[in-house]
Parts: sequence; C-alpha cells; structure tokens
Amino acid sequence: MKTLIFLLEKEFRQILRNRQILMTLLIAPLIQLILLPLAADYSVKNISLAVVDNDHSPFSQRLINKITASGHFRLTGYATSYPEALKMVEQDKADIALQIPIHFERDLVRENNKQLYIAINAIEGTKANLGGAYLASIIRNYNDDIRLRWQSATPSTPPQIEAVSSNWYNPLLNFKLYMVPAILVVLITAIAAMQSAFNIVQEKESGTIEQINVTPIKKHIFILGKMIPFLVLGIILFTLGLLVGWLFYGVVPVGSLLVLYASLIVYLFAMLGLGLLLATYSATQQQSMSLAFFFINIFNMMSGVFTAVDSMPGWAQTIVSTFPPSHFIKIMRMVVLKGSGFSDIAWPLTAMALIGLFLNTWAVLNYRKTS
Amino acid sequence: MINLTNIKKSYNKGQIPAVSNINLSVDRGELFGLIGPDGAGKTTLFRILTTLLLPDEGSATVDGLDVVKDYARIRSRVGYMPGRFSLYQDLTIEENLNFFATVFGTTIKENYHLIEEIYQQIEPFKDRRAGKLSGGMKQKLALCCALIHKPTVLFLDEPTTGVDVVSRKEFWDMLQRLKQEGITILVSTPYMDEANRCDRIALIQKGSILSIDTPKGIVDAFPQNLYAVRSTKTHQLLRDVREYPDTDSCFAFGESLHVTFKGDPQPLIPYLNKKGQTDATMEKIAPGIEDCFIHLLNN
Repeated sequence: MKTLIFLLEKEFRQILRNRQILMTLLIAPLIQLILLPLAADYSVKNISLAVVDNDHSPFSQRLINKITASGHFRLTGYATSYPEALKMVEQDKADIALQIPIHFERDLVRENNKQLYIAINAIEGTKANLGGAYLASIIRNYNDDIRLRWQSATPSTPPQIEAVSSNWYNPLLNFKLYMVPAILVVLITAIAAMQSAFNIVQEKESGTIEQINVTPIKKHIFILGKMIPFLVLGIILFTLGLLVGWLFYGVVPVGSLLVLYASLIVYLFAMLGLGLLLATYSATQQQSMSLAFFFINIFNMMSGVFTAVDSMPGWAQTIVSTFPPSHFIKIMRMVVLKGSGFSDIAWPLTAMALIGLFLNTWAVLNYRKTS
Repeated sequence: MINLTNIKKSYNKGQIPAVSNINLSVDRGELFGLIGPDGAGKTTLFRILTTLLLPDEGSATVDGLDVVKDYARIRSRVGYMPGRFSLYQDLTIEENLNFFATVFGTTIKENYHLIEEIYQQIEPFKDRRAGKLSGGMKQKLALCCALIHKPTVLFLDEPTTGVDVVSRKEFWDMLQRLKQEGITILVSTPYMDEANRCDRIALIQKGSILSIDTPKGIVDAFPQNLYAVRSTKTHQLLRDVREYPDTDSCFAFGESLHVTFKGDPQPLIPYLNKKGQTDATMEKIAPGIEDCFIHLLNN
C-alpha cells in the first residue's frame, strides 16, 4: 500500500511535469468537445437548388417561394432548360435540380394531376437523402394546400390519415444534445486506452522497467500505479467535459450524476485494461500508437457516435457489442437525455464490466508472461 | 555468494545461443569481474542473476537464494545497475534517489554513509533532471540508486562504458571502498585494463568462460615468452613479422606488435633489417590480460 502511494506520487509528478502531455490530455479534448458538436450536425441546411421553371405561373412561383422559405434550401439559380440545370449539378453549383414543366398550373387545375422532375446529386449521401425528403414533403404540403383550397366547396375529400409524431427526450431534435455525450465518450476513450498504453510502453522503451523489475515492487502494485492516475485524469476530463456541455450547449444530464460517474468508472476500468493489453504487446511507443489507432478508429466509426448501431448488419452489431464505447455511449445518452437509472442501464453496464474483466485478466496474464 | 551451475540460455526459441555451460562462483566480499567483448553474454548472465531472465538449463543462487524460486527475496537484497541508463529522465537526481529508497522501504538518511562519497559529487545538481546530466554524473547517480537500500550483492553491467578515463578511475576507486563495506560486487567490462582492479576475473567469449582466476594468475599462466616489436613502419612490420617462419602469434597493440615465437626469437631483427626495417627493435615484456585473452581465444 505504501509502495503504491510512492508510485502514484512519482506518476503524478511525471505527468504534471510534462506540460505538453498535460495539455494534450486535458485542454485538447475540451477544445474538440467545443468544436465537434457544432460541425457534427445532422440537420441539413444550405442545399443548393437549381430551378427550371418552364411555366412561369403564379402557381410555380408560389411553390418556389414555399421551398426557399423552408430554410433548408438556397436557390442558386434559374436554368432555362433541364440539361442546363443538370449541368449546374455536374459543376457542383447545385445539389438538386427541380423542373417545373410547362402548363404546370393549367394542367393542375384542369386535370388535377401534374408531374415535377427532381434530379439529386447523390455524391453526399446524407445531404441527398434528406434534401430529397425535405423537398418531397414540401411539395406534398403544397399539394395539400391547393387541394384544400379547391375542394373546400365540394366536401367529397377522400379520407386521409396523417401521422403526427412528437420527439420524446429531445423534442426539438437538437443534434447537439445527442452528439455532446457521444463525443465526450470518444475523448475519454482516447485518454484511457491510448495514453495509459503509451505511458507503460515508455517505461519499456527507456529501460526503467528493468530497474523497477529488480525492486520488490509487485506487478499488480505497479499496474495499479499506472492505472489509477489515468482513472483520475479520466474522471477530471469527464467532469470538465460535462461543464463544457452545460456552458456551451446547455446540455444538463437529466439523470443522476451518481449513475453517470459509476458507469464512467466501469468504462475507464475496461478501457485502461485495453491500454494495458496493448502495452503488453508493444515494445515501442510507435507500435502501441499504431495498435491504439486501429482500435480507436474502429470504435469511433462503429460505436454509434454517428450512425445508429441498430441499423448495422447483424454481424456488425455482434462485433460492436464487444466494444466498451458502444455501451458507454448508449448509457450516456440514456442517462443524459432520458434520465435512466441503474435498472435501465443494467445490461450495457454489466456488458462493460464483463469486457473490462476479460481485457484486464488477459493483460495481466500476458504481462506476467513477457517479463 | 553467487553461484552459477551449468547455466545455459538461448534466445529466439533456441536459435540464438547466448551463454552455455557457465559455471562460476563468487565469494562473499569479492570484487569479481566478467571480462569480455560486446556480445560475449555478460548481460545475459546479469539478467539471469537479477531474476529478470529465466535460464534454459542449470541453476543459480545469489546470497544462498535460488534465482527462480526465491526471486522475490533476491530482488530486495541486490542492487543492479544495467548497462543502459535506466532511471527516470524526467525526475531530478534527488527524486530518483528518493523514489528508489522508498520502494525498498528505506530512506536516503538511513544508508547515506554508503553513498555519501559518490553523492557529494552530484549533490550540487540534485534539482537537475536525470536526463540532463553528463555521462559520468548519470553513472554516479545510477550507482547511488543501486546502493541506497544497502544491498548485499551489487551487479554492475558495464558501468564504465562511455565514461571518460578520469571518471573511470574514480569509479573503480569507489568500488574498492564499497568492497571494504562487505558488499559483494560482480562487475562486467569490455576494457581489459580494468581487469587488474578486480580480485578475480572470468574471461568470457561467445557465451563460454575461457578462464577464471586472479588477474595475476591469468597473466602467470601465459605459457610463452612475449616480445614487443617496434619500428616506424608499423603497417609493413606486421606483415613482415607474420611472414617470419618462427612467429607463433603476432598482434598489433597500439604502436608496437606483441609477438610469440615457435623457435628462436633472436634472428628476427636481422631478418627485419634485411626487409628494410632498419630501425626495428625488440624487447621481452610481461604479458597483460589482453594478451592472455587473445592467447586463450586462439587455443
């Protein structure tokens, strides 16, 4: 126990002395937390629209006004022909080309039916998808408008079902509310898994581990001495992250902080185990860096930060269920947005604990074998 | 105090043999030197004795404790100074020393008398980080850290490599005084001239021990007469002496050649004169450790 205190004193002294590392450990993640949610926003704005209005009628004019008034679209230009509009899409001046055919108003009034043509640039998938959907819903809305106006006299309206939905736990579909907790997890992951691995490997690289190994320090004390500082740093960073989320984005956890911090400690336990495991397999910091990068990239892309895990193929979901970050992101969102308690997060919490136990056992066994 | 019996160790699953059939014993309070070139297997022996490496075959004890079974107890009573500087570069002299004292459950104060003489030389810089010290100062600090828990056995792996001549001399003086304190010291060095400062030495090459004796015993065992041959044209001299029919061995040692003969050495000078080496001289000399080492290598 006394030895552990001396080791911790030494570790903290070294970490605090290395200004550059301290900055990358604490300041850099906070800057990322401030910047990333602003950029990682799913609501699509500024879709450039090219319009080919062959009708030039009040009806077509009203439709265009309605589209631009929605706020999602920016009218980048009128084209005189459909090929010309397509060219604008080709030159990246427009994301969507909308063609209003000739006699749009006349045919609509006379025949009750007219088609519009939309060409979407699908290079940026999300933008195209959402843009197309927005446009379709605006046109449907417009359609309902005119139908209402014309048919108000004749009450023979065919029955229609309209689904009205409300967004629970995030009523305004504020993406920041959804992203801040997830991005905080991503940043904690980097500290816990990468920095702890680097720190241990550094002792190997500089040979100090030789000197430590000939002292009576026991292996588990040495490992604890390495893990506790990063556990503490992880908790500090998490706390600062919650403060940033509150100050900059007004994200205040609905659930209890006790649940959040208890889950955080389980999560850090799992990720520090991963860091230790990577360290036992690397002889140099460069090796541990490339290993850690591999895992952290996969974690970031697959753990549900940006894309929902539920919409992944079955095999991918199975793999993702072994990633501690996917569970912690789920817990974070549940507790922060919904106010879930221990009983609600029992499964992801247990999963994280089991993965952590597995990783740490593996790491300790491998650590013994190699020294 | 230290005992090695039939120790064998190889790396890469037996592909690279490091040491084989090593038998060695060091007495209590002895200053024992392992002398051999780089790659001879000195560090492997140190790592086995300091419980950092398991031998493939054979057994070893330190202070009566088995290096495999009693490794934990060995670790608390030996001091090890690895060949490469292995202290925390980002901690100061004092912090390093303090750290190693505390992990051994002692304090600097308690064993200050042991390190006093060495520590006084680096004390003015005690707030300087270890990484910023000169080679000689690093080595003194490393010795302090290895001594601070009053070990019964001290293992020093090439402590003087990369250290200037004056510091090397000081270092060996220090070892003599530590010996007076009753500490058993096993030290390795690639420098043959340092062998004379040891009580006994083992000459080691390619993982095997060539000879174990006192430095004097090793020199006395040199079986032939040894002559130093000099001339101004050293380069040509080496070729000429090697061509002389009665030459047994001939090696360049600085400015002179060390030569042994199968037959009569006397006709060498007239022979060299004939070859144009008019200023060639020859004198009988006492062999050094290096001569013995080369002799043992060739036989």
